[in-house]
Amino acid sequence: MLEKALSGSKKYWAWIIFLLAVIAVGFFSYMRQFNYGLGLTGMSRDVSWGLYIAQFTFLVGVAAAAVMLVTPYYLHDFKRFGKMVILAEFLAIGAVIMCILFIFVDVGQPMRILNVLLYPQLHSVMFYDMCVLCGYLAINLIVGWTTLGAERKGVHYPNWVKPIIYLSIPWAFSIHTVTAFLYAGLPGRSFWMSAIMAARFLASAFAAGPSLLIILALIVRKVSKFDPDPDRNAIPSLVKIIRYAMIANVFFYLCEVFTAFYSNVPEEMASFKYIFVGIDGHATLVPWMWTAAFLAFLGIALLVFPTRKNPVLLPIALLSIYFANWIDKGVVLILAGFVPNSFDRVVDYIPTANEISIVLAVYAVGALIVTVLYKVAISVREQQQA
Amino acid sequence: MSINRRQFLKRAGAVTALGLGGSFATIGIGDRLASAASEYEEAPNADKIKHWAMVVDMSKFKTEEDINRVIQSCDKIHNIPQMDNSKDEIKWIWYDDYEHTFADSENEYLDETMKKMPFIVMCNHCENPACVRACPTGATFKREDGIVTMDFHRCIGCRFCMGACPFGARSFNFRDPRPFIKDFNPNFPTRTQGVVEKCLGCYERLENGEQPACAEASNGGLIFGDLSDQNSEVYKIVSTKFTIRRKTQFGTQPNVYYLVGGGDRA
Ligand code: SF4
Ligand code: SF4
Repeated sequence: MLEKALSGSKKYWAWIIFLLAVIAVGFFSYMRQFNYGLGLTGMSRDVSWGLYIAQFTFLVGVAAAAVMLVTPYYLHDFKRFGKMVILAEFLAIGAVIMCILFIFVDVGQPMRILNVLLYPQLHSVMFYDMCVLCGYLAINLIVGWTTLGAERKGVHYPNWVKPIIYLSIPWAFSIHTVTAFLYAGLPGRSFWMSAIMAARFLASAFAAGPSLLIILALIVRKVSKFDPDPDRNAIPSLVKIIRYAMIANVFFYLCEVFTAFYSNVPEEMASFKYIFVGIDGHATLVPWMWTAAFLAFLGIALLVFPTRKNPVLLPIALLSIYFANWIDKGVVLILAGFVPNSFDRVVDYIPTANEISIVLAVYAVGALIVTVLYKVAISVREQQQA
Repeated sequence: MSINRRQFLKRAGAVTALGLGGSFATIGIGDRLASAASEYEEAPNADKIKHWAMVVDMSKFKTEEDINRVIQSCDKIHNIPQMDNSKDEIKWIWYDDYEHTFADSENEYLDETMKKMPFIVMCNHCENPACVRACPTGATFKREDGIVTMDFHRCIGCRFCMGACPFGARSFNFRDPRPFIKDFNPNFPTRTQGVVEKCLGCYERLENGEQPACAEASNGGLIFGDLSDQNSEVYKIVSTKFTIRRKTQFGTQPNVYYLVGGGDRA
């Protein structure tokens, strides 16, 4: 089926070449980092994780969001999602591969990364995270590929796939829960050590992931003859999911803020102060956080009112929700967890250009994978329609 | 090495106990192993310590010189690089003031002398180390003598341990540290780019029956000993004097005790 990705319009090839160029620049930056060390990033002894791990965290959520289509479609026979479910599975594949790449570019000794499997430490959450991520990648590759292959031949997918599809549902929850446990189980980082962290992660994932998916579906509809939502009822159903997930996410967030400030415990309040008003003049994250807050409420408002049916306002709402979550989880959450540090000092983190170009390259790899997989899916569907 | 030998003997013992010695007489094989092992000299103190602990007697740190002598004694023998910026800094033992060392027990009425008092800080070789729990490769682990140590060849540089340690005791080699080592000590390993490091409790000196370097250089300001030995000085101080530790609320059971004011229990 993969050969279908090799024929395409001029625009398709221009997009591919653009992505390859971004990847090439990032690869060069990575070689520099590989030789010099992570000193080429903005990370420090005090803020020891930065944009890489933050992107990893955010993208695990995007990957997990496929379950929001898989569950209704396969478990409850919710037919509306029939055409879109493959897009969700392929998006998950791209997202998980980006997650793995972000871990890879973040470690100081990448050549030793297999030590995690050679010397498995059953008490380390990172070991479990590696296992569930690789498992999730395998599940989505198998399910996505066989169901699409069957569709091409015009037959029902083989029965042995069914249990794997069911397995993918709890598995999707597990990847994001385990990722939350990476942070929530650390003593001394009060911004992370919260029982509601996993629930927050899932809620924000189920808002951001499907938002991205609808935007991709709208693009697919524009650039191809295949319409992922021909009856115009899958997207509205998904919008409902996004709306409630985002409301839950904001609610959980406010619970955290209440607990910190009403209890008046200094450690609990410190990171929130840092991100909303700054501490002692250190305020690099403040504009980001207020932007996220504004976008979150804007997105929710646009999806609650009938504006959600407006073809222009809907994408704006979805982008608002996507970026609100990206700022919250892909920028602020990880960085602010280190502020103030163990000595109650504030150390800012500013990513370097080298670091940012590596981040962009990893995103380009993800975009390339998703583009190729979508191209295959679209070609198969176009054939069906013809 | 002594640990390996002990494990070897233990396993050999188990084998003989199970009767797997085959045609060998049980006693015979036991003897043979014992005599083979005795060719290697047991380090005098290596087996004895069970609970590494350190007491910082604040009354002994009066001048900057008192502090710097201690810090330099460690930096020198452990090939600690002197980085030119705080971002890449590597620290095994250093100092901070009261407010920051004990960030959770601030007291706005504290007088200036107390406020400015320099507190020596280092890895606490915790009883329940959060860093060990987090490490996905076993590169950070706790030894039988209580030292929380590291295998620099196994560390992948994921820095999960740095997020987990509530004491800020760990440093990461953001770049090759070797060009920044001032006094190179060929008898101690240097580290490479991309691995985490921290105080290793002077395991190499304890094996030779010596005190940790910082304790030796401190003129009695740092008292090192075995908390499991009721006759040790550290035990006597910790059990009868009023001492404080950093961030006990996290349950890691830090093993560095601060004797503040040097006085008896209030
Ligand atoms: S002080 Fe930190 S690095 Fe040292 S043993 Fe305790 S948790 Fe680990
Ligand atoms: S950086 Fe090294 S020592 Fe620390 S958790 Fe990772 S592998 Fe373990």
